[in-house]
Amino acid sequence: MITKLNHVSIFVLNQDSAYDFYVNKLGFKVHTDAPMGPGMRWLTVCPPEQPELELSLMSIDKGMMFTEESAAAMRKLVSSGTFGFGVFECNDLLATYEELKAKGVEFTKPPKQEFYGFEALFKDDSGNWFSLGQKAK
Amino acid sequence: MQGDNYPKIYLYRRIVKAKFFIDDNFAGNIDLDHIADEAFFSKFHFIRLFKKTYAKTPHQYLTFVRIEKSKLLLKEDTPVAEVCYAVGFDSISSFTGLFKRLTGQTPAAYQQVQQKIKEEIKTLPLKHIPNCFAEMKGWTQKSNFEEVKKF
Repeated sequence: MITKLNHVSIFVLNQDSAYDFYVNKLGFKVHTDAPMGPGMRWLTVCPPEQPELELSLMSIDKGMMFTEESAAAMRKLVSSGTFGFGVFECNDLLATYEELKAKGVEFTKPPKQEFYGFEALFKDDSGNWFSLGQKAK
Repeated sequence: MQGDNYPKIYLYRRIVKAKFFIDDNFAGNIDLDHIADEAFFSKFHFIRLFKKTYAKTPHQYLTFVRIEKSKLLLKEDTPVAEVCYAVGFDSISSFTGLFKRLTGQTPAAYQQVQQKIKEEIKTLPLKHIPNCFAEMKGWTQKSNFEEVKKF
């Protein structure tokens, strides 16, 4: 029986830049940062209150996962903002919005009360977008 | 209504500014009364609004930041005593007691565990990577990883 989710993959254009975004701007914790040979790195981060949920920041390189063509296509899709990899949660959306904006995070939609909740949208440094919602009180 | 048009958005900006001040100055002797003044709040109002926003009082948040920073320094093999003073504590025993209360381990025990993990990541990295990903990346075919050599 499946009990929980423990890894999620997020494709990024550059792992160094993604590290800076997720760790220094979003405040996520580094779970595993393992060099795996020249130009290869296994890098996972986790949201501050979910230490067991690893977000794997995956590079898009030609290899067993991608051909040269599919890697180029994937990089184009990522940078054009095709993928929304999930929904994050915070205690206070307006405060979090102000904080992340001050740290240079790009919001594509500022906080707005929708029929389904109070939500904002932001992009990571690669172009992936996320919803950020306020925890229901 | 959205974003910058929310009433009292200026209050959030001031609370966020206070939080950033704590983030940047945690190692010093921070006077939380001073932070409240800088943010143009009364001390009571400041504590109430900070706690409503961050689920921690300013003092609790300062302690949290100090302990989180101490974890990073301990992971870098900085001696415990040095970590204590580097993050703003002035007594090793109170730092150790507080660290243990909040994390369940003494700083020394935490550091030992982190050193072991770091060593393992260096020598047995595949132990920390789901096999499906390691295979997709071609890492299980690398003969110089110890775990692969065993097979």
